[in-house]
Amino acid sequence: MAAQKPKVAFYWCASCGGCEEAAVDLGEALLTVANQVDIVFWPVALDFKRTDVEALPDGSVAASFINGAIRTSENTEMARLLRRKSQAVIAFGACAQLGGVPGLANLTTREAILETVYQEMPSVVNPERVRPLPEHRSNGHTVDLPALVDPVRPLSSVVAVDYLVPGCPPTPALLAGAVEALLAGQLPPPGTVLAPDVALCETCPRKDTKPAMLAVTAFKRPHEVLADEATCLLAQGLLCLGPATRGGCEGRCISGNMPCTGCFGPTSRVRDFGAKAFSALSSIIEAKTEDAIAQALAGVPDPVGTFYRYSLPASLLRQKRTPA
Amino acid sequence: MAEAVKQPEPAGATFEPRIVAFFCNWCTYTAADLAGTARMKYAPNARVIRVMCSGRVDPQFILEAFAQGADGVLIGGCHPGDCHYQEGNYKTLRRVAVLRRVLEDLGVEPARFRLEWISAAEGDKVRSAINEMTEQVRALGPCRARPAAAAVEEVAV
Repeated sequence: MAAQKPKVAFYWCASCGGCEEAAVDLGEALLTVANQVDIVFWPVALDFKRTDVEALPDGSVAASFINGAIRTSENTEMARLLRRKSQAVIAFGACAQLGGVPGLANLTTREAILETVYQEMPSVVNPERVRPLPEHRSNGHTVDLPALVDPVRPLSSVVAVDYLVPGCPPTPALLAGAVEALLAGQLPPPGTVLAPDVALCETCPRKDTKPAMLAVTAFKRPHEVLADEATCLLAQGLLCLGPATRGGCEGRCISGNMPCTGCFGPTSRVRDFGAKAFSALSSIIEAKTEDAIAQALAGVPDPVGTFYRYSLPASLLRQKRTPA
Repeated sequence: MAEAVKQPEPAGATFEPRIVAFFCNWCTYTAADLAGTARMKYAPNARVIRVMCSGRVDPQFILEAFAQGADGVLIGGCHPGDCHYQEGNYKTLRRVAVLRRVLEDLGVEPARFRLEWISAAEGDKVRSAINEMTEQVRALGPCRARPAAAAVEEVAV
C-alpha cells in the first residue's frame, strides 16, 4: 500500500448544494486534489455511509469540510461525529459560517413553517393534520426521521470550528487554497476565516470610480436601472454591500454587473454583519430629514432580508421574537 | 456596557426596566449634568454611557445592549444643525431609520428604542424623555431580545 494520504471528508447540512458545486468547479484541479488526499466521506459524490465514518478511528481524518446550516437533529449528530473523527473542522460556505439563506427561517418559527407546509399550502389536503414524526412504529418496526430544530444555527454553535471559508458559494480558488494550506501544514491560527481580511471595495475592479463622498438620493433595485458596467454601483444608487463585506470573492457579482449582497460576511473587526452593513449604507444617504430619508430607503423594502441575508443566525439577536 | 445591563435585580422585586442611554458629550450628556445640578428628579432606570457624538453609536452597540438584556435603548444627540462634528447626528438619523425597521422585523417593540435631540440647555427634556420611556417600557414588560440559550449553545474549542 502507498504511503498514507491525509484523509478528507465533505458533508452537507442545511444547504442547497451550491458549496458542493464549488468543489466540482475545481475542474481538473479536483483530480490533482483527489490524488493528494484520500476522500473518506462525500455523500453528494461518493458512496460512503455513516457507518464508514463511525468505523474510522477518532481524530484520523485530517480535515472535514462541512457546509450548510444546522437545521435538523441529523445535522447536529453528523457535525459532532465528524468533529470527533477530525483533526480540523472547516465551516465551508456562508450557511456553515453564518447560517446563510436557510437562516432567514429565523424570521418565523418552526411551528409556523410546519403549519404552512403541511396545512395551508393550496395544494395540500390534510384534514387529519398528519405531521412528520421523529419516530414511528409499524408492524413491529421502528422508523425515524430527524427532528427540525429551532432556531437555525451556524456550525460553530454545535461543534468547535477550526477554520471558516466564506461565500455563497466559496470560490474554487478559496477551496483549493484551503486544501493546499492543509497539505502543506501551513494553516493560520484556529478561528481564522480563510479569505482576505479587507472589504470587497478594496479589491473592486470599479474602485477608482467610487466618489470620495457618496451621496445617495434613493436606493434603487437592480431591475430598476440599466447599470453602467464600469462605474461604482453605489455611485449609481444601487445597494451594494461591498463596503461592509469581506473580499476574496474575485468580485464575481460585480463582474456580472450586480451589486454585492454580502455573502462573504464580515471582516474580523465586525461582530454583527447586518448592523455594520446598514450602518455603512444608510450613512451615505444624502437626505437630512426623516421623510426624505424614508423616501431614499423606499428601495430597501426588506431590511433584514437585505442586510442579514446570509447572517441572521450569527447576528446579535439571531432570530425574531414572537409574542409569548 | 455589559456592566450597565448586567446588574442583577433583587429577588422578588417588581419589574424595573433597564434602559441603556447613549448620550452625546456636547449636548445631551451636558443636559443630564444640568438636570443633576438643578436637582431634578427622574426615574433611575437609565444607565448613561457618554459618547463623543450620537454618530458614534454603532447600531451594533444597540443590538448588543438588547442582546445582553437591556429593556430599552435611548440615544440622545444634538439638534439637527447643531452637531459639534457638523454631520454626525444626521448619520444617526439615517441609521436609526433602518434600525427601527430591523428591530420591528425581529419582534422588538418600537417603544423600546428612542432617539431624542436634547441640547445642553434642556435638562428638563432629559427628565421627561427618561421618565416617559421608563413608563412605556415598564408597560411592555421585560424585553425578550436576549437570545435563548438554545440559539447560543456555543462549544468550547
